Amino acid sequence: MRITAKQIPIIATLAVCLLLYGTAAIAFHDRGFFSVGVFVNFFIDNAMLGIASIGMTFVILSGGIDLSVGSVIGLTSIFIASAMDRYKLPPIVAIFVALLGGTVFGGGMGAVIRYFGLPPFLVTLAGMFFARGAGFLLHLESVPIDHPFYNALSEFHLALGGGIELTASALIFLATFIIAIYLAQYTRFGRNVYALGGNEQSAVLMGLPTGSVKMRVYALSGFCSALAGVVYTLGLSGNPSAAVGLELDAIAAVVIGGTLLTGGVGYVAGTLLGVLILGIIQTAITFQGSLSSWWTKIAIGVLLLIFILLQRFVQTRKLRTTAS
Amino acid sequence: MPQTVPSIEPPLLTLRGIEKSFPGVKALAGVDFTLNRREIHALMGENGAGKSTLIKVLTGVYRRDSGTMQLGGSEIDPRSPQDAQQAGISTVYQEVNLIPHLSVAENISLGRQPKRLGFLRWGEIAQRAEKAIARLDLKLDVRKPLSSCSIAVQQLIAIARALDTDARVLILDEPTSSLDTREVEQLFVLMRKLRDQGLGIVFVTHFLDQVYAVSDRITILRNGQRVGDYAAVDLSRIELISKMIGKDLSEVERESGGKAKPLSTAREILVQATGLKRKGAVENVDLTIRKGEVVGLAGLLGSGRTETARILFGIDKPDAGKIEIDGHKRELRSARQAIALGFGFSSEDRKTEGIIPNLSVRENIILVLQGQRGWLRLLSRKEQEELAAKYIAMLNIATSDAEKPIRFLSGGNQQKALLARWLASKPRLLILDEPTRGIDVGAKFEIQKLMRSLTNEGMSILFISSELEEVVRSSDRVVILRDRARIAELVGEEISQAAILSSIAGTNESSPE
Ligand SMILES: Nc1ncnc2c1ncn2[C@@H]1O[C@H](COP(=O)(O)OP(=O)(O)OP(=O)(O)O)[C@@H](O)[C@H]1O
Ligand SMILES: [Mg+2]
Repeated sequence: MRITAKQIPIIATLAVCLLLYGTAAIAFHDRGFFSVGVFVNFFIDNAMLGIASIGMTFVILSGGIDLSVGSVIGLTSIFIASAMDRYKLPPIVAIFVALLGGTVFGGGMGAVIRYFGLPPFLVTLAGMFFARGAGFLLHLESVPIDHPFYNALSEFHLALGGGIELTASALIFLATFIIAIYLAQYTRFGRNVYALGGNEQSAVLMGLPTGSVKMRVYALSGFCSALAGVVYTLGLSGNPSAAVGLELDAIAAVVIGGTLLTGGVGYVAGTLLGVLILGIIQTAITFQGSLSSWWTKIAIGVLLLIFILLQRFVQTRKLRTTAS
Repeated sequence: MPQTVPSIEPPLLTLRGIEKSFPGVKALAGVDFTLNRREIHALMGENGAGKSTLIKVLTGVYRRDSGTMQLGGSEIDPRSPQDAQQAGISTVYQEVNLIPHLSVAENISLGRQPKRLGFLRWGEIAQRAEKAIARLDLKLDVRKPLSSCSIAVQQLIAIARALDTDARVLILDEPTSSLDTREVEQLFVLMRKLRDQGLGIVFVTHFLDQVYAVSDRITILRNGQRVGDYAAVDLSRIELISKMIGKDLSEVERESGGKAKPLSTAREILVQATGLKRKGAVENVDLTIRKGEVVGLAGLLGSGRTETARILFGIDKPDAGKIEIDGHKRELRSARQAIALGFGFSSEDRKTEGIIPNLSVRENIILVLQGQRGWLRLLSRKEQEELAAKYIAMLNIATSDAEKPIRFLSGGNQQKALLARWLASKPRLLILDEPTRGIDVGAKFEIQKLMRSLTNEGMSILFISSELEEVVRSSDRVVILRDRARIAELVGEEISQAAILSSIAGTNESSPE
């Protein structure tokens, strides 16, 4: 396979991922960093961030941004918990309403962006405040969940043999990932997202349904955020202040995963790698033991800077090759 | 309104009384247009006459203010290009509008990719794309990104995309602006074939030869109004021009006639380049440009014309060869350095390298001049306005005022403004790469006159154009490139289309040197 300019970021992501993983595996080999158990834990621990980042990937690919992600997670979690606690709603119904609500909320922001031509940054910023506020209106603090179905779901483990198990949240994450790859690579919707992010004016003139694609992208991100909120409730509580600022981690994961912030270029698989990189950094710092966990943030900051510079480099190089 | 159409069949497409205004301009003032089945219909008019606007109204990019549109006997009212496509109207818009990051194959099939069981079929997408471009005699790896293709190839791909549907109406807005003769021929063969299959084709171009080569009918627009609808055989070239620009025949004949060519005597040499070589761009190019002369650079697409210009302007570095300026050897390392030496370069790719879409016409025109003076010696607002007004009048740039963002100008008028930018900076050497692409006949004469008066003031011009007629008319000397090397040079009286063609074809190897 030939390497084209747009594949350089994702190859860099893969290299960084392997490098970090290899370094940590060697450094902490005595404590068993290099084990299937630790690896599987990346998926379990980062399921919520991962699902939200997948939704964010589509938004960024389309040339937009969604700042409401964290707030929607908080709102969803507190909605499910208090609906079950106060109104005795069956969990399945509560989850269904939450997912629907998240999708409609995202789609609504998409509609505002589409019909009023407003910048996504501002519209989703408003959405962020709105959802966070709505969550606190439902309940001011954390509400525990205690329901046989939920307990069973939270306890659920899929044994992979050798004592390795996947939890329900990890399974939801993996399923979301596979469906997202299908959407991005094998549906017209997915390809239209790339076209929209690549050049909106051209996409319109090519006769693509750019307006509805835009709305659907935000609806999809709203759905993913709500699903991440459901994953949060598998910790058996709902909390209006859950996931504050998680959208920023999601954006970081997407960009480190090789997606151009300007849209049009990137891969869902890259985002998975981006989430893994964030997870590896975090785990490695925990393994190290003496470093403050805030070093995670510093490492993410440095990586992010490197990747943005790399994108810049790729873009200018590309311009030059087209010009000649 | 009864037309002079002798067919019994009802027209395929009928537009009646189409009006469209933009802030400050009435782009269309009640235009009628009729297209029949089995017809290639040229839509002609000066820059800014309203051709592209009419097409955009028809295909739902803009909403019309009033008027009716009928396709195949029933009313249509497309609200987006998507609607228009579904109604059976397939369009190639004036600027290439594709997605640079996606593959060639995907650009051709976007929005209508074949699927099975809910999955896009990438293999079939590639095969269909290969077939689609093969119809235009194009062969390339359809999996590579569109951005790696030249503008001409991108234009062909846009056409291939438009042809890859079952349309009843095909609209081509200046599809040939970057194509070479062979590619144009191939396109015409295809257009005739589609016409014979029953399609109605609308064709916009500023190349008069092309109009007469393929069109059955011609509709002329002027200032947003329809001048008339004629059978191509009944309308002479001169009549066509006179109707387009709204002057009477005698005036047109006087203006288009003859060239006043002062023979350049032994003038001082400004630039002397010898043995220029750059991998993949030029093999062996020698070039001498004297003060106050127009040197034409002729050759087929891919013969190294643009590549030579880029080296002279310091954008690309040569691997070998030397460049002397005013008799001193110079290494040009950047465009900035070239500008500092008093060079100017109007690029062929106005969309990505030229205009700054959101700046006003005035700001676009003064850009280079201001850059040269440095930001400490700002041009006063009054000076800027005077300059802008001068060039708007001189090049006849159609704009409601100088403060209009340039992206709202018609394609040809953007090109004129770009030219004005370089003219205003009064460089010592001006490199013009396809400066008249998309510019109407009237303005071409104006530009030619302007080039002459500038060289009389001492400016040198390197003029690159695919239109031989233009090269012949404007140049004091013509350097001919073939296969990336200089093969011949013609001076003064020797310059003729026939002489250029025969040396490009290689039938006449006698290079006068
Ligand atoms: N979006 C717009 N906003 C404002 N004015 C516009 C817009 N589009 C076109 N115009 C104006 O409408 C007039 C007609 O433009 P149009 O693009 O139709 O010309 P054209 O005949 O296609 O010319 P060309 O040969 O240069 O392509 C021009 O004066 C142009 O400035
Ligand atoms: Mg036009």
